Amino acid sequence: MKYDASFIRMILMMARSVREHELGCDECWREVDRFAELTLAGRDAAEALPLVEAHLKGCPECGAEFEALLLSLRETTRTSAIRANIL
Amino acid sequence: MILAGQQRMAIRALRQMLSQEVRSVRRLTDRTNDEWLQALRSSGAEQSRAIEELRSILVRGLRYGLESTLGRRGAIDQVEDFAQDAVLRILDNLDSFRGESKFTTWAQKIAMRIAFSELRRKRWENVSLDQLLATDREHGTRRPEMRDDAPDPGEVTSAVTAMEVVTSIIENDLTDLQRRALTALIIHGMPMEEVARSMETNRNALYKLLHDARKRVELEVRKRGIDIDDLLSHV
Repeated sequence: MKYDASFIRMILMMARSVREHELGCDECWREVDRFAELTLAGRDAAEALPLVEAHLKGCPECGAEFEALLLSLRETTRTSAIRANIL
Repeated sequence: MILAGQQRMAIRALRQMLSQEVRSVRRLTDRTNDEWLQALRSSGAEQSRAIEELRSILVRGLRYGLESTLGRRGAIDQVEDFAQDAVLRILDNLDSFRGESKFTTWAQKIAMRIAFSELRRKRWENVSLDQLLATDREHGTRRPEMRDDAPDPGEVTSAVTAMEVVTSIIENDLTDLQRRALTALIIHGMPMEEVARSMETNRNALYKLLHDARKRVELEVRKRGIDIDDLLSHV
């Protein structure tokens, strides 16, 4: 197998960001709803759950799901608030 | 006058109906976590109402959450199926809800995971990891010209040297599984979930495998007395 520069660069960047203790996808998954609620409440979620923050930044799939979850929660929170005001 | 009296009665009845409806909707929107769990574990009309309310929340959330991925039309078309699958998964897993977030947040997290997993599966269902890697072996990619003499410790003087150092680590210090996974992810852009499926493992185990690979590369670079940022600046 031969490798090009972009592959090598990516490997190095992944190695540079490694920490001895990182959350796996499952551990991150268990905490991500709490992380999302802290984020939406304007609290410092990264300070409260730094390992979750690190995983979401390093794992593109968990990161993408989290961003979509935030959009989803923002919308349902907004429509719930509107409905509560109407009622 | 009689007509006016009938109108008043009709209006009063309508007001009562509306008031009941408002109270009902308010109950639904104000459910506590325990109330959600109780309603979903119940039976008959109470459970049906809770399921419909949950499904409606999931559909609304999924539409917005997936709009940038699917486009507005695609999001509308597919979210009903995702929401339906999510409701079933949620009902099967009520005991695993730990109450550390709102129930609806937890439920939307499950719905989003189901949607993304399904989208990734569909996108990659006809792609074989073995075939991709076989194509790589056949065609290869650009490789740096190798020098006969190994670089001195701490010496990274050119892109070629940097490439040699990392190539040597990848080929000699990583396992075959680690190399396969990294190639699939980085070169072919396969999602981790699909790489894991191809390797008959799961996403979490694959993350751990990659974590070990990243640690090994970092250690091997350090053992050679080279600064990883220095290497990066030459690639």
